[in-house]
Amino acid sequence: MRAHTETFYEVIRRQGISRRSFVKFCSLTAASLGLGSTGAANLAQALETKPRIPVIWMHGLECTCCTESFIRSAHPLAKDVILSMISLDYDDTIMAAAGHQAEAILQETRQKHKGGYILAVEGNPPLNEDGMFCIDGGRPFVERLKEMASDSLAVVAWGSCASWGCVQAAKPNPTQAVPIDKVIRDKPIIKVPGCPPIAEVMTGVISYVLMFGTLPELDRQGRPKMFYSQRIHDKCYRRPHFDAGQFVEAWDDEGARKGYCLYKMGCKGPTTYNACSTTRWNGGVSFPIQSGHGCIGCSEDGFWDQGSFYDRLTTINAFGVEANADQVGLAAAGVVGAGIAIHAGVTAVRRLTSKAGPEKPPGNGNGATGASNSTAG
Amino acid sequence: MTQVSELEGLTGKGGRGSATVARVGALQGAIDSHGERAARRQTVYVYQAPVRLWHWVTALCIVVLCVTGYLIGAPLPTLSGEASNHYLMGYIRFAHFAAGYVLAVGFVFRLYWAFVGNRYSRQIWMIPVWRRLWWWGLFYELKWYLFLVRDPKKYIGHNPLGHAAMFTYMLVLAFMICTGFALYSQGAGAGSWQAAMFGWVFDIWPNSQEVHTWHRLGMWSIVIFFIVHVYAAVREDILSRQSMISSIVSGERVFRDDFRD
Repeated sequence: MRAHTETFYEVIRRQGISRRSFVKFCSLTAASLGLGSTGAANLAQALETKPRIPVIWMHGLECTCCTESFIRSAHPLAKDVILSMISLDYDDTIMAAAGHQAEAILQETRQKHKGGYILAVEGNPPLNEDGMFCIDGGRPFVERLKEMASDSLAVVAWGSCASWGCVQAAKPNPTQAVPIDKVIRDKPIIKVPGCPPIAEVMTGVISYVLMFGTLPELDRQGRPKMFYSQRIHDKCYRRPHFDAGQFVEAWDDEGARKGYCLYKMGCKGPTTYNACSTTRWNGGVSFPIQSGHGCIGCSEDGFWDQGSFYDRLTTINAFGVEANADQVGLAAAGVVGAGIAIHAGVTAVRRLTSKAGPEKPPGNGNGATGASNSTAG
Repeated sequence: MTQVSELEGLTGKGGRGSATVARVGALQGAIDSHGERAARRQTVYVYQAPVRLWHWVTALCIVVLCVTGYLIGAPLPTLSGEASNHYLMGYIRFAHFAAGYVLAVGFVFRLYWAFVGNRYSRQIWMIPVWRRLWWWGLFYELKWYLFLVRDPKKYIGHNPLGHAAMFTYMLVLAFMICTGFALYSQGAGAGSWQAAMFGWVFDIWPNSQEVHTWHRLGMWSIVIFFIVHVYAAVREDILSRQSMISSIVSGERVFRDDFRD
């Protein structure tokens, strides 16, 4: 494998990328990773000296939207840089090899780069029926995943499928699809959730691992902090309208035209950690909220099971009835209130009837007789 | 109970005859021709000043928190004009956060007071599930609310049913404080002390939308507690054998009779 001798820089130059473009890429990537003023030089140094790390990109139960996103990366351009930077030894979606030839590469990489390759996983394994719901290369995906993970350096979980389970793990999850950290226990896993993740976030994570040879700092849920430490809501350009109390109330109202906050339309920005409101999509052109639609929270765990995309309050299945917390709470409070009204009524009636008679009732609260007899009935 | 039943014979059935008069004379305290009787009004100082202050501060906070919390999940109709002219949602959220902080500080203070306060200050933090008398009292109090017994028992602190309710409510408060600060930490940032202390909430519910839902259900449970609490306090104040509402103002529990149970 030529990966042993060639550095990233050599590959890049061999493919016709100019020195100028290379330095530009280093600056842009260092800036997007927030690495400070020396970051670009460090990045260039690393790319010029370090051998390319082999990457195996596997696909389980998924829709390939992660790959679709990845190949649209603008900074850096996937075509020119990333596919040269990493030694993408195996990716069944975009590689030319097929059949036994392709499968042979997996074993070859596993043996030659034992403990030294990165396993990128798009999609997740279904466990039901011994994994028969996802057969890849003639074997259940879960087996191949465990096998390839066992000799890897680290694992990258692309997208919400690999990170959380996504749509195939939504209730009732008939195939028992699970996020990959449920079957890979002994390797560091970087979760890059999103459906799909932002292209620049994907290439940014890869760049970081290549440059430093370590994983980026991860948050409590295993996501790289550099891209997932803030919510969409925290950096949303419509946030001032939220604080002011200016909301879109209907899709065609005045507020929608003026670009008010989409909170009432069920925007999940306040509960979603991602970089959409800063990095944006398609080379920084736009992101869902900018085009007038609320965030659906696609990078969050179990986002398919959070009720409608268009409700602020999640619908919960309380006693088999579709209702949100307010409806449930109001109904419960109503029942309790009615119960108390009846209870108070019964109390009053019993108190009055027990006093019925020719004599004046005993004074209220003036002695035990007044209180105790009144309830005697 | 014997004295009570004697007295019942007097008032409930009319109280006629010289024999009755003799029996009345045998009873303690003053009693008039209608069988009314001035009890000695035994008084116990139960709720110390810090406990009363905590009660009313918490009550005020809860009203603010419920109203503002409701409006955070279901905001008021939209405002027009420039965003820079308004800060409505900001003020509502500020009031919610401020009241939440006061509530939380009060909660911690109340927990501290359980160690340094009088014996009654400890009651709401623990349920004596190992005591048969407590369980007996709980069922007796339930029967009292189901109109199955004639008289309630006398208690210096909370009666067992109220005791159980207050203990549960402390758990709900703790839940609301934990989920509330966890949600607050999302805005405060991953490095904040709120995230460090309450971030574990997201280990239970990784998607914070679920935490929002639970926090809101918690709010409704507090609304229900509020209704029951006020009803029970008013009803007990009228019907029970001890003071209720004045006790949480003055701190003194006044008993209305001297009868033994």
